[in-house]
Amino acid sequence: MAFSLVSARRDLALRALLAIAVLSAAAASAYALEPFAVREIAPGVFVHQGRYELFTPRNEGDVSNAGFIIGRDGVAVIDTGGSPRVGAALLAAIRARTQLPIKYVINTHMHPDHVFGNVAFEAEKPTFVGHHKLPRALAARAERYLAINKELLGDEAFAGERIIAPTLLVDDKLELDLGDRTLLLEAQKTAHTDNDLTVLDKKTRTLFLGDLLFVEHVPALDGSIRGWLALLDQLKQRTDIARVVPGHGPTSVPWPAAMAAEQRYLDRIAQDVRAVIKQGKTIDEAMRTAGLSEKDAWLLFPEYHARNVSAAFAELEWE
Amino acid sequence: MRAAVNPGRVLLAVIAAAAMAFSGLPARADDPWPDIKRDVFENRDIAEEDGTISLEAPYRAEDAAVVPLTMRIPASVARDVKTLTLIIEKNPAPVAATFHFGEAAGAGDRMLSTRVRIDMYSNVRAVIETTDGKLHMTTKYVKASGGCSAAAGKDMDEALASMGKMQIRTFEPATPPTSSPDMREALVMIRHPNFTGMQMDQLTREFTPMKIVQEIEVKRGGVLIFSVEGGISISENPNFRFTFAAEGNAPIEVTAKDTDGRTFTGTSADKAT
Repeated sequence: MAFSLVSARRDLALRALLAIAVLSAAAASAYALEPFAVREIAPGVFVHQGRYELFTPRNEGDVSNAGFIIGRDGVAVIDTGGSPRVGAALLAAIRARTQLPIKYVINTHMHPDHVFGNVAFEAEKPTFVGHHKLPRALAARAERYLAINKELLGDEAFAGERIIAPTLLVDDKLELDLGDRTLLLEAQKTAHTDNDLTVLDKKTRTLFLGDLLFVEHVPALDGSIRGWLALLDQLKQRTDIARVVPGHGPTSVPWPAAMAAEQRYLDRIAQDVRAVIKQGKTIDEAMRTAGLSEKDAWLLFPEYHARNVSAAFAELEWE
Repeated sequence: MRAAVNPGRVLLAVIAAAAMAFSGLPARADDPWPDIKRDVFENRDIAEEDGTISLEAPYRAEDAAVVPLTMRIPASVARDVKTLTLIIEKNPAPVAATFHFGEAAGAGDRMLSTRVRIDMYSNVRAVIETTDGKLHMTTKYVKASGGCSAAAGKDMDEALASMGKMQIRTFEPATPPTSSPDMREALVMIRHPNFTGMQMDQLTREFTPMKIVQEIEVKRGGVLIFSVEGGISISENPNFRFTFAAEGNAPIEVTAKDTDGRTFTGTSADKAT
C-alpha cells in the first residue's frame, strides 16, 4: 500500500521533472550550471545535489552530490563532481562564501562523477585525500574512465580533464583539523567499491557517505554486495550521526531511516540471486529475474539493475 | 623470470598496426572476418546457420567484462563434433577459446556455456568442426565495449588472494533421464584474474602483464569431456557450464594451467568439504 503511494508520488515527481526538462529544452540556458545551487544543511556544511542522470554533454557531469565544510582555518571539499566544469562551479560556490584556503579535497571513492572535478581545485593547492586503495583503483581504470567519459560528456564538458589521485591516504582512520572543527575520515572495507571513504563532521555530526548511500537513484554495485550489506548494518548502529549526505539523492537525509530502501534493494538482490544459484540456474537467468520487485522504487533502474545482478551473481556464486 | 617483452604492449602494437593497415582501405575493409577465416580456418568452406549449432548471447551486454554465451548442439550433430571455436571478431585476439570434445561429452543434446570479455561492438561466432572435416557456424552480434581493458576484479586484493580456488558442481537433471546415456550438467568455476595484458597501471605506466588460464581439461572418471585452450577473452574467474554423459557417480576432474606455469586441480568429489 505504502509502496504504491510512493510510486504514485514518484510518478508525479517524474512528470514534473519531465515538464521541467521540456521547459528547459525550450530555453537551453535555463539548464546551465549557473547558479550552482548549494544548500547549508548544517552550520558551515554545504551540499550540492546532482541530477539523477547518466553523464551527458547537457548535464556536464553534474550527476552526483558534492559538498564542502568551512572551518575557522580553511575549507574541506568532499567530492568534486563529474567534470572540470562542475568542479569549477563548486569552487565558485565556495568562493562566494569564503576566501579561506581550501586545505583538503577528499574523494569518497573512485567513480568519475565524484573525482573528475578535482582538476578544478589544483590551483588552490589543497591536499587531495582518499582511501588507501583509491590511487590503485584510479590507476587501473584511468585510461578507460577518460576514454568512455570523454565520449559521454562531449569535448566541451570534458575539456581539461585529468585524473588527480590523492596523496594523503587513509589506511583506517584519519582526523583532519579545520581549526574549530575536526573531520573524521574512515576507510571502509569493500562495499560500493573497494575504496569507499566516509567523512564525519564531528561538530554537526554530519556524515558524508559518498555512494555507500543512494536515495531515489538506484544503487550501483561495483564492490561487494555482502560487504555493503554488512557495512550498512554496522553504520546503522552508530549513535554519533545526526544526518547523512548520500552520494546520490537529497542533500541531507535522516539516519538510519534513509538507508532502509537501499538495504531492502540490496537484500532483495542478494536473496533472489542466492535462490537462482541454489536452483542451479545461470547468471543470465538471474539477470532476467532477480530483484524485479524493486523496479518501480528507483530512478535509473533499467540503467543499473541488471548489471548489479550480474556483479552480485559473480560474487555470490563463490559462497 | 618474466620475458622482457611485455605481451600487452605487443598486443597493442599489433592492434595499432592493424588499425593503421586498415584505415586507408575502402568501406567494409574493416570487416575482420575474411582474415580470421583465412588464418584460423584456412579459407575452408563454412556452412552458416544450418541448425547444427546455436549461440545465445545478449544483444547488449550489461557488463562487457562478463558476457554470458551459451552454445547448443543437437544430439544428431553432437556425436560427430570434434571441436568448437569461439570467435569474438573485434577482440584483440579474436579466437576466444577452442574446445576439443572427448567421449564423455556424450551423444545427447550438448550445451556449453561460458563468460567472455568483449572489447567493442562485435560479431561473436561459434564454429564447429565435425568428424567429416566440415565446418558449421552461427553468428550473433553483441553490443559491448571495453571488456578487455576493464579493470580486473571489483576487489583486486580478493582476486589475487583467492587465485586457483575451484568449484565444481554437478546438477541433477530437471526431468528424469529418458535417453541413454544419462546426460547431466556440470559447472566448473576457477578463481583467476585472467589479466588480459591490456589493463594499464598508470602509477607505473605499465600494463599489468598478461596472466591467464590457458589450458583446462575436464574429465569424468578419467574420460575426457572437453579440453579448452582459452585466451584473454575469457572472463576473470573462468566459468564453464556444460552437459556430459554421466556414468554412475564418477566425479568430474579438472586440471587448469595458467601462463605462469601454475597448475590447479579440482574434483567434484571434493564438494562436500
